[in-house]
Amino acid sequence: MRAARRGSARKVVVMAAIASLGAGLLAGCADDGNDEDSSSSGDSSGKTTITLGLFGTMGFKQAGLYEEYEKLNPDINIEENVTERNENYYPALVNHLTTNSGLQDVQAIEVGNIAEVVATQADKFEDMSKAEGVKKDNWLDWKWQQATTKDGATIGLGTDIGPMAICYRKDLFEKAGLPTDRDEVSKLWAGDWKKFVEVGEQYKKGAGKDTYFMDSPGGLINAILSSEKEKFYDASGEVIYKTNPAVKAAFDLTADAAEKGLVQSQTQFQPAWDQTVANSLFATVACPPWMLGTIKEKSNPESAGKWDVAQAPKSGNWGGTFLGVPKSGKHVKEAQKLITWLTAPEQQAKLFSVMASFPSAPSTYTMPEVTGGKNEMTGDAPIGKAFAKAAEEIPTQVIGPKDQIVQQGLTDNGVILVTQGKSAKEAWDNAVKTIDNNLEK
Amino acid sequence: MTTRHDTAASPVKGGAAPGRPPGGRASAEADRKKRAKLSRRWQRDMRWSPYAFVSPFFLLFLAFGLFPLIYTGWASLHTVELTAPTDMKWTGLDNYTRIFDDEFFWNAAKNTLWIGVISTVPQLLMAMGLAHILNYKLRASTFYRVVMLAPYATSIAAASLVFVLLFGRDYGMINWVLDMVGLDKIDWQNGSWSSKFAVSTIVIWRWTGYNALIYLAAMQAIPQDLYESAALDGANRWRQFIHVTLPSLRPTILFTVVVSTIGASQVFGEPLLFDANKGASGGSQHQFQTLGLYLYEQGWVNQHLGRASAIAWAMFLILIVIGILNAVISRRLRASS
Repeated sequence: MRAARRGSARKVVVMAAIASLGAGLLAGCADDGNDEDSSSSGDSSGKTTITLGLFGTMGFKQAGLYEEYEKLNPDINIEENVTERNENYYPALVNHLTTNSGLQDVQAIEVGNIAEVVATQADKFEDMSKAEGVKKDNWLDWKWQQATTKDGATIGLGTDIGPMAICYRKDLFEKAGLPTDRDEVSKLWAGDWKKFVEVGEQYKKGAGKDTYFMDSPGGLINAILSSEKEKFYDASGEVIYKTNPAVKAAFDLTADAAEKGLVQSQTQFQPAWDQTVANSLFATVACPPWMLGTIKEKSNPESAGKWDVAQAPKSGNWGGTFLGVPKSGKHVKEAQKLITWLTAPEQQAKLFSVMASFPSAPSTYTMPEVTGGKNEMTGDAPIGKAFAKAAEEIPTQVIGPKDQIVQQGLTDNGVILVTQGKSAKEAWDNAVKTIDNNLEK
Repeated sequence: MTTRHDTAASPVKGGAAPGRPPGGRASAEADRKKRAKLSRRWQRDMRWSPYAFVSPFFLLFLAFGLFPLIYTGWASLHTVELTAPTDMKWTGLDNYTRIFDDEFFWNAAKNTLWIGVISTVPQLLMAMGLAHILNYKLRASTFYRVVMLAPYATSIAAASLVFVLLFGRDYGMINWVLDMVGLDKIDWQNGSWSSKFAVSTIVIWRWTGYNALIYLAAMQAIPQDLYESAALDGANRWRQFIHVTLPSLRPTILFTVVVSTIGASQVFGEPLLFDANKGASGGSQHQFQTLGLYLYEQGWVNQHLGRASAIAWAMFLILIVIGILNAVISRRLRASS
């Protein structure tokens, strides 16, 4: 009897295990969820649910914007579906766009992908320039143009941008015998990235071997390239990275800084780089507003207030997002209305005060939310004003569909090698070989 | 089955029951029909049910095995981009011929081979040793067996991330130990051989226990009297291992070699996650990019579906060649024994 009971108990356990494994398999096959039930018009309470497909921390929810909108529009219910990394979000988005299924009512698009989406998927999105209440003048012109096709259709509305400044450690600068006042520091390298590297040499002389001048070669080359009007593509859409003197100059200058030991041999946002933030091993980093968030997250508490923000030698943009409405959505009109509201200047200003996502609407730059902007890492520094100044000087840059592949090649298969002892020429050759192979269809 | 039906039906046909009412004939006829119908259904059941029972596998295979295989083959003859998978431009064998001068492909092939050798050979040798030890009477042997299988049950991603931390250049534990004993730090991820060695370590860690258990199972099936007679002939433990255990394990060894070779040719997750730049190029100089990783990079990062498909088929063909070589060698081995 006892043995039999034990046998049946074991059977139950086995069956349960099989059932749960089977359920897991089925769940694996199942769709990403709520696009069926939640986008079918209206739930039990008769509300219309609008779904947003986002990545990273875009902060609409944290800033309470959904709640506010739901209060203003009692028949609307907002749900967001967030993928943590854009590297995972974007391939899925492309997949959903090409198969025209699984799309949310609103989809976010990162600035690194916007050119490709504009070039290849524009017909899948609503033209937002024709949506009610959208005023082109609300946005910085270049931000608006990035999401606009040659035929003049605007497939996404800009949310934030990443006006780049240089964040620097006041304590490390002081130790190295450099000025610490933000205006004086800005003057040290104003107008020319070469001067920035020269300051790096001075820093190294003063600071010795314990710390580096800058965080990574990738950060430097990205900053230089961001401030150019043309980098990898020309205005007609041709790939010109190999022949564009600005790209070669950026590469050589970064390689030079790497050879002189001014930049760490690190790749940004990787665990080892995070450690160097925590251990305060470098004095400067190219710094859009969101970078302060990264620094805050990775730093030791003692570092709070030790940073300050100076202008970059030349201003550029790094990062930013767009919101678009796929045509296949079930609530196109409501979704358009929602993103028009979410990206309006007032909401962008609110988002900055909560999430430090810098607005792409220039009219906010004089609003108190922006001018009074502060950050824990930079203490009393008026970072809102500093970034607003940078934002106004950002050039209108030609962006291309494969910018990311080219830049990744120049960074991960290029300048990083110089920090590992290869010559600038070897690194350039290796990068070009990789990029050309990756671009070839 | 028909014979059984006949025997069952015969009494009715004979009409032997004498005291039946006159209507009995009609009802017997109906009964016969019903039985015939049932029997037909049963026949059909017997004939077709087995196919129904095996169909789940074949349907899944069709959907997730054969169709992708054929579709990939078709795509490999075109220029196709992931951003517009339906927009195919015919290029014939161009995607294949260019593989011949694609230095990245051959670099990846070489890396795959080396990582395969560095990981498979020690892995199988260690598995054999472990199995031999576990084959002795040990206390808590089940515990050891479970422990050995634990790495196999761990996800590649989790394991690789831990190994990335161990092999880190600046803050890795291995370099910390090297530093403590006075040796130079090694840049595991950026060296050509050090990175291959590190990737192989992850593979070895993951699969040694699995292979050891397979060897152990085979060892336990070897009859004890073989060892006894060997012992009577004066063979020590080592000689017993060489002359009794190894020959008896030959088919098992062959099996693990084949499975490990296939596994080694498809190594993907370990090198992908091992990359310090978190790209798919297998290191700055592609120093540990395997074929699987190169395929992924072309298809999903660079979005060249056509090229990626051709690489996939080239890998498939290489595997077939390896398979044929394996079969030839194993036939030779069998013939010689």
